[in-house]
Parts: sequence; structure tokens; C-alpha cells
Amino acid sequence: MKLKLRIWRQESSGCKGRMVEYEVDNISENSSFLEMMDLLNEDLVSEGKEAVAFDHDCREGICGSCSLTINGIPHGPQKATTACQLHMRHFDDGQTISIEPWNARPFPVIKDLVVNRSAFDKIIQSGGYISVRAGSAQDANAIPIPKQDADFAMDAAACIGCGACVAACKNASAMLFTSAKVSQLNTLPQGKPEKDRRVLNMVKTMDQAGFGNCTNYGECEAVCPKEISLDMIAKMNRDYAVASVKNFFGTVA
Amino acid sequence: MKLDSKIPDGPISDKWKNHKFALKLVNPANKRKYNIIVVGSGLAGGSCAASLGELGYNVQCFCYQDSARRAHSIAAQGGINSAKNYQNDGDSAYRLFYDTVKGGDFRSREANVHRLAEVSENIIDQCVAQGVPFAREYGGLLANRSFGGAQVSRTFYARGQTGQQLLLGAYSSLSKQVSVGTVKMYPRTEMLDIVKENGSAVGIITRDLVTGEIKSWAADCVVLATGGYGTVFNLSTNAIGCNVTATFKAYKKGAGFANPCYTQIHPTCIPQEGEHQSKLTLMSESLRNDGRVWVPKFKEDADKHPSEIAEDRRDYYLERKYPSFGNLAPRDISSRSAKEACDDGRGIGTTGLGVYLDFEDAIKRLGESAIRERYGNLFDMYECITGENAYQRPMRIYPAVHYTMGGLWVDYNLMTTIDGCFALGEANFSDHGANRLGASALMQGLSDGYFVSPYTISGYLADNGVKDPDPESDAFKQAESEVKERISTLMSIKGKKSARHFHVQLGKIMWEYCGMARNEKGLKKALDLIPQLREDFYKDLSVPGSSDSLNNELERAGRVADHLEFGELLCRDALERRESCGGHFREEYQTDEGEAQRDDENFAHAAVWEYKGKDQVPARHQEELQFDNVKLAVRSYK
Repeated sequence: MKLKLRIWRQESSGCKGRMVEYEVDNISENSSFLEMMDLLNEDLVSEGKEAVAFDHDCREGICGSCSLTINGIPHGPQKATTACQLHMRHFDDGQTISIEPWNARPFPVIKDLVVNRSAFDKIIQSGGYISVRAGSAQDANAIPIPKQDADFAMDAAACIGCGACVAACKNASAMLFTSAKVSQLNTLPQGKPEKDRRVLNMVKTMDQAGFGNCTNYGECEAVCPKEISLDMIAKMNRDYAVASVKNFFGTVA
Repeated sequence: MKLDSKIPDGPISDKWKNHKFALKLVNPANKRKYNIIVVGSGLAGGSCAASLGELGYNVQCFCYQDSARRAHSIAAQGGINSAKNYQNDGDSAYRLFYDTVKGGDFRSREANVHRLAEVSENIIDQCVAQGVPFAREYGGLLANRSFGGAQVSRTFYARGQTGQQLLLGAYSSLSKQVSVGTVKMYPRTEMLDIVKENGSAVGIITRDLVTGEIKSWAADCVVLATGGYGTVFNLSTNAIGCNVTATFKAYKKGAGFANPCYTQIHPTCIPQEGEHQSKLTLMSESLRNDGRVWVPKFKEDADKHPSEIAEDRRDYYLERKYPSFGNLAPRDISSRSAKEACDDGRGIGTTGLGVYLDFEDAIKRLGESAIRERYGNLFDMYECITGENAYQRPMRIYPAVHYTMGGLWVDYNLMTTIDGCFALGEANFSDHGANRLGASALMQGLSDGYFVSPYTISGYLADNGVKDPDPESDAFKQAESEVKERISTLMSIKGKKSARHFHVQLGKIMWEYCGMARNEKGLKKALDLIPQLREDFYKDLSVPGSSDSLNNELERAGRVADHLEFGELLCRDALERRESCGGHFREEYQTDEGEAQRDDENFAHAAVWEYKGKDQVPARHQEELQFDNVKLAVRSYK
């Protein structure tokens, strides 16, 4: 395949970026999108030009590193697929493809297509855990958990933290990401003792990091490579409402 | 090089208990005076850093990824073993120990493996308490599945994403410690050297991958949990960023490197398509619970559509050769059998390097929805990559490099031959011998991190007191300047070829001469070719851009430079181990039936390599392995 690429190049966070055009040829339709980028970079490097920087690691859709907006859609046109798992057979020979970084204020560009997503780590640090010291746990089968609850928690826990939900949202809201972790932990009996303070703190951190509000467009769910459902946001809103009332009366555990 | 394994006395089941009591303790009020560096944030590093933080130590944790949550442990699919015996099918810590020693082809250290089996039960308790959503039955209790090399169901799983869920569990504990201030996390930071003073590890040198800043970090001890070296083969199931740099730098500073030739080739990966490929994708071994592996019985059928090949013209070779374990034969044996079938001209797919993994019978027996429930995400992943629907036609699979059993030599305390430098998880060598059983890597990483290293590191610190090394000292300054010099060497070659180009070439040499089957002639050839390639690398490498900003090409060049030396060590170890065992198959040493032939008289030892300087042949030392509990036997899965 022969392709025209329009790629966002930006030297560093302080610099202005711009779209630059490239051409690649002899791309196998069985190669992945990132392998196509590898070949472009190999051409650039052999000419002594600087390679296009992009985040990637596992290349099997689970680490959540890759973060490309392809033709305007985070992770590209294929539903429930990360950019690293997107294959060139889904594009046409001769097509022009635009490639941009996540576009959201809380994720500043570091270079080219690489953005800083450390705000997500901060959200988790503010409550995305169950406090349990190594060695203090009881037997794993001591608390039976109904299968449907365990399955729901797993649906939520499947989030890979890539940030596509934020990139797709016109408000740059991180509600889907935050609610996935809140829903996982608040659903399980082990997570109940910290349920209220968890949701209050995580939402607060999310707001402080500059993520916008949710206005129910559902773009996040549409682009999520792991198909995390909007139900998670509904669950978080419920938990948040209950916790806020308790907070008002000073009864948050 | 002195190899004192420090295995405690006493019966095997009491060793760890007694040792924990014998280890000295650090007073709770004194713990915060100690600084500990943990490199790597995967299952081993993440859980170790979190646990040390919980104890009250000051921990600094480094990873090259943009977040601790992205370490490659995340990609493990199938599950984690534990001797819980929730299935009432005869499991016990002793059986898990026995299976692991046998699975490792009698090349692991008994005492370490027994400890691993003992603490395996605590791991599941810990993870459930953290909120890891393991699969459950309708009664609300935990579900299990079977894995290769075992006849009991002891594997716990979270769909096909067990590694992800366990890592996110460890990451959540780590995040809590970050929030309370006991752990400082440094993502996008790569360790480029280890620093020694008076023979002890006192810190590391890192490069900030965003700003390019080279920096010294001092601590009372250093923990390396930096994973394996599978990417020396270029194409593997590892993440692109996985590398040998941290462990190799430690080797060059005096840490013995044990058994580098023990590499695991995983039997069920998606076959390679072409030159463009950057990695190979694993299909979890758990698929072999319900999938049947076969190739056409006759060469002339190899190009036919699988549905056109009648039942009696199919060779279910694992079921035929290993009737009692069948499709769940261990990884090394399954991989080699696939290679044999393909070498025989019966391989399938466009390259002829593939075999079928067929779910037709399981779908008939259990229904498509049951199969979807168990493996849905794996089938989706397969379709995403190959464009084929595995519910309708069998998967095509082929072996690929997956895991490395070799690693830094460690004693019972997980300390390397450098005083104060510990190695955890895949980065060490101790538990899996010459072959790792499925679902045991996650177990080992978490065992080392949650339940072993917190005790042994405390013991080390109690023995040695607060060292408080100075990051401005000469040792640090010299190490810093060496790191800077190496970087400027790579930047100033200004040749024509990318680091990737050399990585691909190295991978081809390694796979061809040191892959699934090895022989003396081939290994010698590799030892000839690798130095030549290294020479080309230093003549013709191109690293555009600068070293004081984000530069992916520079990162890769540094890693490939280390692989170009390490590959040679791996081949040398393979050459010197004149026997076949586990993942190391030497064609000269096989039985009449083509099975691996061990030589226990001469090779029942761990080979430990000592760096002797640039362009010098490294020295080979031996740790004799004693088998007091498991009888050395021919490993039979028939």
C-alpha cells in the first residue's frame, strides 16, 4: 500500500507544533498501524532526519501506552481497538491519514505525538486502591462474591488507562476513566469501607487536574478500546451523591 | 566469584520459616532512615516497592514507561498458580513445588522453589483483598483452570487479562504508598548504570527520558526488577521497550549472570507474517485446555483449507505422543513438537511455519457461548490481528520467544553477587530452572515482591546499618561520566542505519542459531557473526536528534548496544551447556525418540558468568544443585 500521512510534529511542550506531510510505500496490509509508523521512522532515520516520537510498548492492546488520534478519532476508525492493534487492512491504498496526539489540556504534549498523562496516576493515588498491607489479608474464599458482581467489577477493571476517553470528549472529561476504577472497587465487598472517601477524593483530584465535566455525549464510550460502559459513570454519580450527603452530615467513614 | 547460596539448614518445609526468624529486623522507628532504590514497576518491582513502603522505608521506584501501570507484566494472559487446593483435587504446596522442579527439568534450586510454593497461597489472599476481580463460580467462590505441566487445577484467572489485573492491584498498592509519601515514583526514567562503593551497591545512574538529564541516585540498597531479556531475539512476545540493559550493566559491575541460555519458546503464538513485524503475539496457554493441536498427517494436505482435511488425515501430535498430558504438555515439549511437524513439511499457513489449534470439538461439547465466556477476548485479539474468525476455523499458531528463565544469579535472599544489589522476578534465575511452567511467572514476581524481599532486604539493612552514601562521591561521578560517554558515542556515529535495523539482524542470528534447537556448529557461527554485527553497529548507526530531549531512537540504540554484547554471552552459555534440558535443546543430545537428554552427572548446576572486561572471555562458574527432595528422573509426560 502507498499512503500519504499528515503528522503532528512538535519539538517540545513549549514549542508550536504543525502538521507535516510524509509518504510511505510498500506497506503490507497485514502490518499494524504502529509497524507502518516504524517503517516511516526507519526511512527518516536512514536519511538522518529525526524520527516521529510516539508512545508505544506492549503492542498487544493492553499496556495503554499508544495514544494516536487517527483521522480525528482516538485510536482510529476500528471499534474497540487500540492503535497498536489497528491493522492497515482497514485503510485504502492511496489514502491520506492524519495522525495527531491526544488533544486535551490536562494531557500536555511532550513531543510530537507523545503526551503527559500523569494526571491519571494522580487520580488513582487519591483513592483508586483498597488499603491492605501485604500479609494482612484473610483467606481468599472467606468472602463469597456473587458472580455478577465479580463480572461487573471485571468489566470496569478492564480499563487500560490510555486516555482515549479524555481525548474524545469535547470537555476533556475523565469521568469514564475515574468511574471505571470507582465502580470496580466500590462494587466489591472489600472496597466498601473506603467507598465514600474514595469517590469524593478521586472526583476532587480529577477536577483539580483540569478535566472537564461530563455532559453525556458518550463519545468516551464510543472510542474506548476496552468498551467501558457509561454505566460506570452512572454508578459513580450515585456513589458520589450518597457520599456528598454523608459528607454534609459529617458521617463519611 | 564466590557463590554462596545461603540455603538455610533443616527440612525443606521449615527452611523459610526458620530463615524468617533468623533474619534480623529493623526497628519501626528506624525504617524511615533507610533509602531503597527499586528499578522496575512490574509485578515484582511494583509489589516490592509498595511492600517496602508499607513497612516504612523510603523507596524510590523507577520505570521507563510513562506510568508504573504499563510494565510488561500487564500482558500476561492466562493466570497465576497457587496451591490453594480449592478444587479438592489433591494439590498441596509440596505438589506445586514438585511440579515446578520437574517442569524446570531439574535445574532450579529446591529451597527457593519450595518457598515459592509455600507463599503462593498468600498471594491469592493478598490480591483478592486488593480487589483483583478473579473469575468466580455462581456460588461466589473463586474459579480455577488447568495449565500445562500439572494434573491439578490450580490456576486463578481474571478472564484473559490476569497479568493486567494483578499488576493493577500492585499498582494500586504502590499508588497508595505514593500518596502517603513513602514511595517516590519516577516514570520515563531509565537506569543506565549501577554504582558500587567498597564492593557494595550504593546507587544508580539514570537518564530522564524527557529532558535527557543524567542523574545519580544514592541508596542503602538497590533492587533490580527489570524483567527478562527475550528481546535479544528482536521478535518476541515481550513489549518493544523490554531490554537487558539494567541486568547487563549489573553483570558488568560484578553481578554473576546465571544460565542465560535458558529461554522459553512459547508454543501458542500467532505466526509471523513478514519483515515489517515488530513483535509476536501470544495466545494464552489456557487455550490448550479446550483447543486441540494438530497438523495434517500428510504433506500434500498442508495447503488445504482445514475443513477439507478429514478427521483421519489429521495428526493430533501432542495427544498421540503424550497421552496422559495431551494438549497440556509443558511449553518446551509442545514448542519442539510443533517445530518437528513443520520441519517435516506438514506446517500450515503461507509460510509453512504454523500448526492448528482447533476448538471445533469444544464448541460442539460446550457450545460457542461457553467458549466465548472463557476465551472471548483472546478470540477477538486473534481476529483483530489475523482477520480470521477462530470460532469458525482453527487458529494458526507457532512458537515464539516468550520468557527467559536465566537471569542474575541470586542467593536465597535474592541478593546478587554484588553486595546490596537484589534481583527480583524474571530478572533473577532461581525458580524456574530450565523451563517455566505456565502461570508461574506471575506467582514468582509477586512472591518475590510481596513476601520474600521485604524480609530479606530488611535483614540486609539490619546487618549493614544506614550507609547514607553520597551521590556526589567519585564513584558516582565516574559512573555518570561513563554513561555520558556511551551516549555521546552512539550520537556521534552518524551512519545510515537505524537501531531497529541492527536489532532485526541480531534477532535473525539468535533465532537461527540459538532458537528452539541449537548445535555446536551453529552456536560457533553465531559467536562469529555477533561481533561482526556489533562492529557494523558502531560504524553505521544513525541516531538523529539530540540527547537532551525525548529521543526514542537513542533509547533503542542504547538497548540494542547492550543486546549486541549480551547475545554473545547467551550463545556462549548455550555452547558450554553440552546437554539438553528444558528450553535449551542441543541437537547433539537427544534420545532415540527425539526427547531432550539431560546430563545430570556433568550439568546439574547453574552456570554463572563473570564479566572479565571488554573483549575478554567471561569466566564460567558453577553452583552445584542439590536434589534432596525431588528425585532426579527423566521428565516424562507420556
